[in-house]
Amino acid sequence: MSNDQDKILEEVTGSDYKYGFVTDIENDAIAKGLSEDTVRLISEKKKEPEWLLEYRLNAYRHWLTMEQKEWAHLDIPEIDFQNIIYYSAPKPKKELASMDEVDPDLRETFEKLGIPLDEQKLLSGVAVDAVMDSVSVKTTFKQNLAELGIIFCSFSEAVQEYPDLVKKYLGSVVPSRDNYYAALNSAVFSDGSFCYIPKGVRCPMELSTYFRINAANTGQFERTLIVADEGSYVSYLEGCTAPQRDENQLHAAIVEIYVHKDAEVKYSTVQNWYPGDKEGKGGIYNFVTKRGMLHGDNSKLSWTQVETGSAITWKYPSCILKGNNSTAEFYSVAVTNNYQQADTGTKMIHIGKNTKSTIVSKGISAGKSNNSYRGLVKVAKGAENARNFSQCDSMLLGDKCGAHTYPYLEVDNPTAIVEHEATTSKIGEDQIFYCNQRGIETEDAIGLIVNGYAKEVLNQLPMEFAVEAQKLLQISLEGSVG
Amino acid sequence: MLSIKNLKANINGKEILKGINLEVKAGEVHAIMGPNGSGKSTLASVLAGREIFEVTDGHVEYMGEDLLELSVEERASKGIFLGFQYPVEIPGVSMVNFMKAAVNAQRKHRGEEPINASEFLKLMREKKDIVELDSKLTGRSVNEGFSGGEKKRNEIFQMAMLEPKLSILDETDSGLDIDALRIVANGVTKLKNKDNATVVITHYQRLLDYIVPDFVHVLYKGKIIKSGTKELALELEEKGYDWLIKDL
Ligand SMILES: Nc1ncnc2c1ncn2[C@@H]1O[C@H](COP(=O)(O)OP(=O)(O)OP(=O)(O)O)[C@@H](O)[C@H]1O
Ligand SMILES: [Mg+2]
Repeated sequence: MSNDQDKILEEVTGSDYKYGFVTDIENDAIAKGLSEDTVRLISEKKKEPEWLLEYRLNAYRHWLTMEQKEWAHLDIPEIDFQNIIYYSAPKPKKELASMDEVDPDLRETFEKLGIPLDEQKLLSGVAVDAVMDSVSVKTTFKQNLAELGIIFCSFSEAVQEYPDLVKKYLGSVVPSRDNYYAALNSAVFSDGSFCYIPKGVRCPMELSTYFRINAANTGQFERTLIVADEGSYVSYLEGCTAPQRDENQLHAAIVEIYVHKDAEVKYSTVQNWYPGDKEGKGGIYNFVTKRGMLHGDNSKLSWTQVETGSAITWKYPSCILKGNNSTAEFYSVAVTNNYQQADTGTKMIHIGKNTKSTIVSKGISAGKSNNSYRGLVKVAKGAENARNFSQCDSMLLGDKCGAHTYPYLEVDNPTAIVEHEATTSKIGEDQIFYCNQRGIETEDAIGLIVNGYAKEVLNQLPMEFAVEAQKLLQISLEGSVG
Repeated sequence: MLSIKNLKANINGKEILKGINLEVKAGEVHAIMGPNGSGKSTLASVLAGREIFEVTDGHVEYMGEDLLELSVEERASKGIFLGFQYPVEIPGVSMVNFMKAAVNAQRKHRGEEPINASEFLKLMREKKDIVELDSKLTGRSVNEGFSGGEKKRNEIFQMAMLEPKLSILDETDSGLDIDALRIVANGVTKLKNKDNATVVITHYQRLLDYIVPDFVHVLYKGKIIKSGTKELALELEEKGYDWLIKDL
């Protein structure tokens, strides 16, 4: 019976990573290798103020003293940090008439990815900041947003235009010494997005950053900083793809979100970095630190992630619930196929009174992949009446893959109520036969079943992206179990 | 329409069907009866193409084609419908989405355009009425938490949606209350015409009062040991299977 099931799953034919193309474009790249000089060079190229160079150098010097942690279910090959290019910017072919004009080749790249950079062609109600390799290519709808006082621009631009804001919040949620990859990012980050929503403003459109790694041997170390001032609201989406390459590439980003009193931030990620081929060759190492500070009373933060890409993913979008009555949510679907490895989850740190957190994690493993959920719920002494509910489900396709759940609990206040539920399921041969008998092909049947399983999470995504995410789930499981 | 010759099938090396012969013509209704474990559901699954069963011998022709060469989906798209004895639950997938996927998959197989949204909703409404299916059920996930009777009614709703040529209904009557039995059976009768055929698998003659069969067959230990007209069902109801088995 289980053999038959495997056979059915195996028969689902392979399809290739759709975003694996390379744009042939000249790069302004610095030499491989990492040293204080590299850090200085990056800072210089970006014409940064002295304080930021100091920030980078501090992080770099600390990084040198740190060691990589061993992770229980991740098999991470040694990374040669001297064999990586730390800065690479697509070089425009001709002089641009204005900063807003984008190289036609770059424009074409983003169009192929379904991210048109012409404002009139964009999905209505979505502003995009497109980042290729190390630099931001273009931010759309900037003018419309500026009228409301909303700042949405590349990180480099923010450093030049709004240095006080950047200085105030950079590292306030993820300190530069937080962990190995956070320290590395703090030393060499190249670009990313910056977003500030002023007091009382509801951002009228989705803000979106699209990350693309193009150049070979290049690490992408981007930095996202979102500040929601009192009583404001913003919904933010991040998408990522990379070309198909035989060698592994490193992606080590930091996302910091600072939520003031009565403000709300929704952050959604559709992560589709190149996962490597069916034999496990190539793919992105995705080591990301994402954290939100729910600083003010009644603040809200919700992380939603759909993780289908990367060879190795290491990522725990976390929330510090500092303000009283603050509410945090984490919704995650993580798919692993072939030889992919994912170790993902969240940390909910309850500090304020009457704080509430919800965790819904849906893991899907296929092929020979390993999928782990690792979550920490911590309730500090003073956090009266803290509430947490966690639901961690795993779905297995075939019997050569693994699913693991590690819920950690640290409760220092007796009034806390913490609930945890976990399930493991398999797609049954009977479910697939039932779909087939109604005319639905096996590939579509798996798509249907998996999307049904992940519905609770997908429902959290903005409409336009929910549809994309559904397709992505199905595509990433094509050619699944082997 | 369907011609089965000497069909033999195994599961896990164990022979379940031991040489079935059956002819079904368009416009006919056939009833298959027989003791538990005799192979009725197995026959239905093999005709639908379920791969866990291995066909070891025999031949099946369906509308001029070698049925055994076709995949499960192809058979479905060419008009074979199986009403499951135990309908399967698919959590999180709404009936609406499921039916839309099924209707469009079958259309695609036949080289037709996908159905448009308003046409689809109209079709859903129309067909729901045939089996008096509660509107709330189509908003819920496929069979999830449905009562036994609701599941069976939902099978016939799907049959109505897909308009098959050959329907094989495996114990659709079991689990239905008295009123539901009448409604569902009348639904099946309404869907009957001269171009389609129905094979009903049942243990109870009372279903056959509503869906009147042209032929009744008795399956026993993987073989059809007796065929007759609807009177045979009455006789079985009265005497059980022993007298037939003794004759063997
Ligand atoms: N998946 C399976 N694995 C092993 N044996 C099976 C399997 N499916 C069916 N069988 C066996 O095949 C035989 C026929 O089963 P089948 O379900 O076709 O009977 P049936 O005539 O439909 O019975 P009922 O009236 O109880 O529904 C039984 O002995 C059953 O145990
Ligand atoms: Mg049966």
